[in-house]
Amino acid sequence: MSSCHAPGSEPGPATSPDAQVPLIALAGNPNTGKTTIFNRLCGGIGRVGNYPGVTVELLTGRVELTHHKTGSPLECEVVDIPGTYSLVARSAEEQVSIDFLLGLRGQRQPDLVIVCVDATNLLRNLYLVLQMRELGINVVVALTMMDEAQDTLANPEALVDLLKCPVVPMVARSGEGFDELRAAIALGLAEPHHEERWRWEPSDELSREIQRVRTRLPEGWPDEDALALWALMSVGQGDNLDHIPDSLREAVAASRMSGEAVDDEAIRSRYQWLDRTAQPLLSGYAKRPWTKRVDGVLIHPVWGFISFLGIMFLVFQSLFAWADPAISLVETLFGVIGNFASSVLPASILTDLVVEGIIGGVGSVVVFLPQILLLFFLIGLMEDSGYLARVAFLMDRLMKLMGLHGRAFVPMLSGFACAVPAIMATRTMERRRDRILTMMVVPLMTCSARLPVYTLVIGALFPAKTIMGFFPVQGGLMISLYFFSIFISLAAAWVLSKTVIRGKTVPLLLELPPYRMPHISDVLRMMWGRAKYFLTEAGTVILACTIVMWALLAFPKQPELELAFQEQIAVSTSTEEIAGLERELAGQLLRESYAGKLGQVMEPAIAPLGFDWKVGIGLIGAFAAREVFVATMGVVYNVGGEVDEESITLREHIRAEKRDDGTPLYTPLMGLSLMVFFALACQCMSTLAVVKRETDGYRWPAFLFAYMTTLAWVSSFFVYQGGKLLGFE
Amino acid sequence: MNKQPSALPVIETENLADLPLQRMAQILSVGGDRALRRRLMELGLVPGTPVKVVNIAPLGDPLELSVRGCRLSIRRKQAKALLIRKSA
Repeated sequence: MSSCHAPGSEPGPATSPDAQVPLIALAGNPNTGKTTIFNRLCGGIGRVGNYPGVTVELLTGRVELTHHKTGSPLECEVVDIPGTYSLVARSAEEQVSIDFLLGLRGQRQPDLVIVCVDATNLLRNLYLVLQMRELGINVVVALTMMDEAQDTLANPEALVDLLKCPVVPMVARSGEGFDELRAAIALGLAEPHHEERWRWEPSDELSREIQRVRTRLPEGWPDEDALALWALMSVGQGDNLDHIPDSLREAVAASRMSGEAVDDEAIRSRYQWLDRTAQPLLSGYAKRPWTKRVDGVLIHPVWGFISFLGIMFLVFQSLFAWADPAISLVETLFGVIGNFASSVLPASILTDLVVEGIIGGVGSVVVFLPQILLLFFLIGLMEDSGYLARVAFLMDRLMKLMGLHGRAFVPMLSGFACAVPAIMATRTMERRRDRILTMMVVPLMTCSARLPVYTLVIGALFPAKTIMGFFPVQGGLMISLYFFSIFISLAAAWVLSKTVIRGKTVPLLLELPPYRMPHISDVLRMMWGRAKYFLTEAGTVILACTIVMWALLAFPKQPELELAFQEQIAVSTSTEEIAGLERELAGQLLRESYAGKLGQVMEPAIAPLGFDWKVGIGLIGAFAAREVFVATMGVVYNVGGEVDEESITLREHIRAEKRDDGTPLYTPLMGLSLMVFFALACQCMSTLAVVKRETDGYRWPAFLFAYMTTLAWVSSFFVYQGGKLLGFE
Repeated sequence: MNKQPSALPVIETENLADLPLQRMAQILSVGGDRALRRRLMELGLVPGTPVKVVNIAPLGDPLELSVRGCRLSIRRKQAKALLIRKSA
């Protein structure tokens, strides 16, 4: 037990090991330009890290200041905490703010907190400042959006007297006020003002409860009235808070005041103070003719949906089609690197590992980048401009029916291209429950990796004919598979939201921020941060899985068999014969590999679905990525691994494949069963790797794999056995 | 069934979900689940605050409110827990 950290109090990635460097937190309401301030202040991209235990992101960066007294350079660490309207928390995610700001989990407490205050939304933003001042937090207010508020807030300096803390008017986008902000931070670090300043007098009744609860605050928490009030407002029935000791819970439960009465008194008193003191500084509210006009179209009953469909089509099209050249480029590039490596390195197992395991594995990670970059660029634009909030506004009614968040629409749509970026996109939802529910159903959407499999099976087993003279069988099947996946994923969301991922239905409470021009450099930074996060976090898991998959398919080596084939090849005369022998060797090696043996072991399990062990090998290969199924079947059937789904030879081999009793293996019914299996099974290690990362554990990826595979098996069973009973082939 | 017209004075209070578009009103009380109620109040929807419904989502739910110069969207079900008095 030489570990220097107690379990559970592991410092977050945000905590600097260097205690000399001042720690600054950046807080504020959502949509206040907080990210822009962070980017401008820290220049360059910060490190994205998760707060331990919850998937809440903390962005860490560094800022160079000038020491207030000595004039020497002063480096500080800045942590961007998630946007919030209040410090009162109901969930573990919301709790991160107070935990971090006060250092409640044994990590360092920030020396200073910059609170971004939207000057066009002054009172609601100052509410958060009041909470922090009550807690004695050393605050510097960054008063943003001053360009939009210059007509309504003529005298921002008056706020300094009111709040008794530095207030820096600024325009985050143009960079106005940053020198003043830096100076104010340096001064605030040198001369902190921690004194608690309550702007209201609690009633005797509330004071009594606060004093009583205060004595029961856990050890290590600051002994403050404001923290006792926080507990009275946060702790309660049905909260999902972490690390609240039973003694504190009991103390809060013993309160003679009802929770509602405490909330009423605290919130109304703060707003009464704000209405009395800060409201008179405002000459009105910012007029937003633009937002009104744009909303007149974008949330219009008719035009709203038309523009919504147009924008979503653009997102879909970019992921589906525009990313394709980049994806091909990545694949070609890694193919070239692999060929080069195998040509210069001596033929050995190590070379195979380098070429197929490592280079191929890195390639299989990088191949996701084009779609991730594109999706997050578009999401960044939608979020920054204010449109993403309107997506939730438009879709809430529909998504709510399935227990999903309105914002789940974009991830689900992205799932048609690829589940990996789609699962990463669930981060646009605040609540863990909403994110997990969406992650659990996104992999059911027909992603583009399923298409080669469908194309192969449909092309090989179903006639290119029309039914009733006009309905094409092949195209119709393809479209049916799409609708099938939409139906199943929505049904799965409904069932899961009623059973496993119940949670309370979210009281949708959504700010519709004014439309603003997206800040491209912020969008690009966010996009790159996500990509970097994917490469370093999920990428390593995917790489490891690729190497395991490679070993399964490539081992055990059979030197005698290879030697025998080499001898035959040596005496062959035609290149055709040589190629045939090489394909035969590859096929035999694969059939006798660990994956081949695994296929034979699992044959009894998949036989009721109409599959034999060779199909089993294909299913195992497909776990690396679904489209690998096609190439794996090519090798299994001695056709070679270079085939694609349009390959005539592979189709012919599939049609010719016989069972032991001489009947064809691949019948239309078996093909249907196979496609249903592919539609529903979670055959994608990259998806599981990303879910593991995003949920920070093995529980949800294990559940995802188990429920989708069970669903796939049962559905294929009913299709195949039911079809046979009905006399289909 | 055949109710007589009530002799009682018309009560002006109603819930926010029934407020016609663009009609100003004043919040009288906030009800509903504690977490939601607290969040609404923390966003500035405390009793006495002027509020109006400025938009309804094309599918009929949720509503878009204008309160203290900012736009918020809440579901009908939650709007029903907000009692208001119409301004003249």
